[in-house]
Amino acid sequence: MSADGANGKGSPPAPRGPSLVERAAALTPAVLARRVRGLSDRTVAWLFISPTILLLLAITIFPLIWTVKLSFTNYRANRPNAEIHGVGIDNYVRVLTDADVWAAMQATAHFLFWTLLLQTVLGFALAYFLDRRFRGHGFWATVILIPMMLSPAVVGNFWTFLYQPQIGLWNYAVEFVTGIPADSFSMIGSIDLAPWSIIIVDTWMWTPYVALICLAGLRSIPGYIYEAAEVDRASRWRQFWTITVPMSLPFIMLAVLFRGIENFKMFDMVNLLTNGGPGSTTELASITLKREAFEKWRTGYSSAFAIILFVTVFGLANIYVRALNRVKSR
Amino acid sequence: MEKRVAHVVAAAALAMIVQLPAAHAQKKQLTLCWAAWDPANALVELSKDFTAKTGVQMKFEFVPWTSFADRFLNELNSKGKLCDLMIGDSQWIGGAAENGHYVKLNEFFDKNGIKMSDFLPATVLGYSEWPKGKPSYWALPAMGDAVGWTYRKDWFSRPELRAEFKQKYKRDLAPPRTYDELKQIGEFFQGRMIDGKKVYGVYLFTERGSEGITMGVTNVLYNYGFDYSDPHKPYKMDGVVNSADAVRGLEFYKSLYQCCTAPGLTNAYMSEGLDAFKSGQVAMQMNWFAFFPGLYKDPKVGGDRIGFFPNPGAKKHFTQLGGQGISVVSYSANRDAALQYIKWFAQPDVQKKWWSLGGYSCHKAVLNDPGFKSSAPFAADFLASMQMVKDFWAEPSYAELMLAMQKRVHDFVVANKGTAKQALDSLVADWTRVFKDDGKL
Repeated sequence: MSADGANGKGSPPAPRGPSLVERAAALTPAVLARRVRGLSDRTVAWLFISPTILLLLAITIFPLIWTVKLSFTNYRANRPNAEIHGVGIDNYVRVLTDADVWAAMQATAHFLFWTLLLQTVLGFALAYFLDRRFRGHGFWATVILIPMMLSPAVVGNFWTFLYQPQIGLWNYAVEFVTGIPADSFSMIGSIDLAPWSIIIVDTWMWTPYVALICLAGLRSIPGYIYEAAEVDRASRWRQFWTITVPMSLPFIMLAVLFRGIENFKMFDMVNLLTNGGPGSTTELASITLKREAFEKWRTGYSSAFAIILFVTVFGLANIYVRALNRVKSR
Repeated sequence: MEKRVAHVVAAAALAMIVQLPAAHAQKKQLTLCWAAWDPANALVELSKDFTAKTGVQMKFEFVPWTSFADRFLNELNSKGKLCDLMIGDSQWIGGAAENGHYVKLNEFFDKNGIKMSDFLPATVLGYSEWPKGKPSYWALPAMGDAVGWTYRKDWFSRPELRAEFKQKYKRDLAPPRTYDELKQIGEFFQGRMIDGKKVYGVYLFTERGSEGITMGVTNVLYNYGFDYSDPHKPYKMDGVVNSADAVRGLEFYKSLYQCCTAPGLTNAYMSEGLDAFKSGQVAMQMNWFAFFPGLYKDPKVGGDRIGFFPNPGAKKHFTQLGGQGISVVSYSANRDAALQYIKWFAQPDVQKKWWSLGGYSCHKAVLNDPGFKSSAPFAADFLASMQMVKDFWAEPSYAELMLAMQKRVHDFVVANKGTAKQALDSLVADWTRVFKDDGKL
C-alpha cells in the first residue's frame, strides 16, 4: 500500500495538526526562543550532559580529590576538635613501610592468584562442557549459576557453618572422602587452611560467572572454522588449541580482568567468613583499609593507603587492558 | 440540620483543643541507644515506669555487640541526633569526653543531689570519670559487669566423676580458685563423653573483630602480673606490658585454648559462649555476669544444673571490668528530658527494681543491702568480682589500642604465629606509636 493509500488514490492528503515539537516551539516565549536559536549544537550538547558531569564530579571526582588531600594530613574523622595539619608524604611512607600492610598485600596476592587461576580453569572447563549442548544443558546451566546469584554476606555466613568442625558438612565430606576425622581440623581456624578456605568459597561462588563469559566466547566462534579444520583433518586436540583457545582468549581475559578487579577489593565475603583471621592470616588489603579507616579512625593514613591501592589497581588494569587489546587485534 | 452540624463541629473543635496538651506530651520521646542483649530487655521493662511517671515515651536502639562500637561510635563521630541517651562502653569515655560527644554531668549531679559516693567506686572510676581519678563525670554508672564463669554443677556433682577426679588430682572436683586448677578441670572434661555426647573443658573468648579475645586474654593476664603501664610513669609500657609475668600469662591463655576448648573456637565471643553452654558442650564458660540471670533461667542448663564462680586468680587476683554508664548525648535535641531520665534512674528504688529485673545496679543501696548476696545465685560472686576489676585503656584512642591488641594476641593464641614475647613486644610498639601520635609520649 502506498503512503496515501489510506485516503484513496488521487485524493489530497488530509491536513495534519502541528507536531509536538512545533507546539512546544510555539509555546516557548519569544525572548527565550531567540536565545536558544543562537546556541550551537555543541553548546546544546554540553547543556544536556552537564547535569551528568556535575553529578559525576560531585560523587566521584570530588571525593577522590578530597581523599588525596586528606592523605597528606593528620586528620582523624573521630576527632572533630583536633587540629588538622599537613604531614607531607609521611602517611605514604608509613603505609609503604608498614609490615602489616605488606602482610595484607601478600594475603591479597595469594588470594588473587589462586582464585583467578582456579576460576579460569574451572570456568572454562564448565563453559566447554555446557557448550556441548547435551540434553538438559539449559537446566544445568541455570543450576550452576545459583551460587553467583547469592549475596556475598549470605555466602560468608553459611560457609562458616559448612566449615564448622563439629556440625559442618564440609568437614564431614572431607572425612567421608579421606578418612580424616571431621573434628580434627578447622578450615577457618587453621593458619594453613584458612587462606584456602576463602579461595574455595570464592571459587565456588564465581566460577559460574567466568563460565558464563567463556561460554559467550565459545559460542561466538563461527562453526565454519571447525568445519574447515575438519576438512583439513585437524584432530580435536589440535582444534582446541588452535581455534577454541585463541578465539575465546579475549573473553577469558575479560573475565580475568573483571574477577581480578573484584577480588583485589574483596571485603564482604571474607569479612563475614573469617573476619581476617585466624590472627591476620586472611586479612586482605580491603579489610586492613576498613580497620584503619573506620575502626582505628586513622583517616589521613587510610586515605594514603586507599590512594596507593587505587593507583595499583588502576595501573595493573591499564597494563592488562593493553594486553587484552593486543590479543583482540590479532 | 445546620444547627446540628454546627454543634458537631464545635464539639470536635473543643475535643481537639482539650486533647492538644496530652497529644503534645505523648509526642515527647527519648531514644536510648545500647547493645542488644538480655539487660537491654530489662531496661525496656524498667523504663515503662519512667514513661508512666513523666509521660515521656521511650524508644530504644539496640545493636548487637559485634557491631555495637562501630555503629554508635560512628553515630557520635558524625554528631548524629539519633540517640538522646547512650549507654556506651566504659572504654569510650575518654574519647566521648574529649571530643564533646557526652554532656558533662557534674553540675547536674550537684543540682539534683546525685552523689557519686552512692555508687560502687570501681564503677565510678570505670564508667563515669575522665580523666581517670578526677571528679569529672560524663556518665552515671548504669550497668555493672565483669567477666565471671559458669560451670555445669550437675556434672561436677556426679559421684563417678568426682571419684575419678579426686583419684587423679588429689582434690575435690569443685569450682577452681586458681587458673592452674581451672586448667586441670578443663583437661579432665576435655573430650569426655557425658550422656552420650562429647563435651569440652573450657569456653574462652577468641573473637577477632571487635574486643573479644582481648577481653578474654586480659582477664587472665592481670592475674599473672600484666599491667597497661608503669603505675609511677604513665604511658611507660616497655617492661610492664611485655614483662616476664605478662608473657607467662599469655602463654597460659594459649595453652588453655589448645588443651581444653572445642574445635573451631577461633572467632567466638559472648553469644557463641552462651550457645556452647546452653547446648551442653562445655563444662566451664567464661562470660560476662550480665548473661548469668538468663542462663540461670535456661530450661536445659539453668537452675540446679548451673553454678557460678568469680575469675580464678594466679599470682594476683583481678577480673576484667565490663559494664557501662549512661550518658546524655551532646547532640540530642531533648537534653532536658534525657537528664530527667538520668535523675529518675539514679533513685535507689529504681535501682532496686533494675536489679530485680535482671540489670546489674551499681548503687550501694542495692549492693550493700544485707539481702543482696542471697538475692541471686551469682550475686555474691558479682559483688566479689566488682571489688577486683581492672579495665582496658579508656583513652580517646581506645579503638586503635584495642585493635592492636586484638591483632597481636589473636596472631599468637589462635593463629599460632610467633612467641608470646614477640606478640607483647609488638603490642608495646603499636601502643607506643598510638601515644606518640596523640602527643602523649
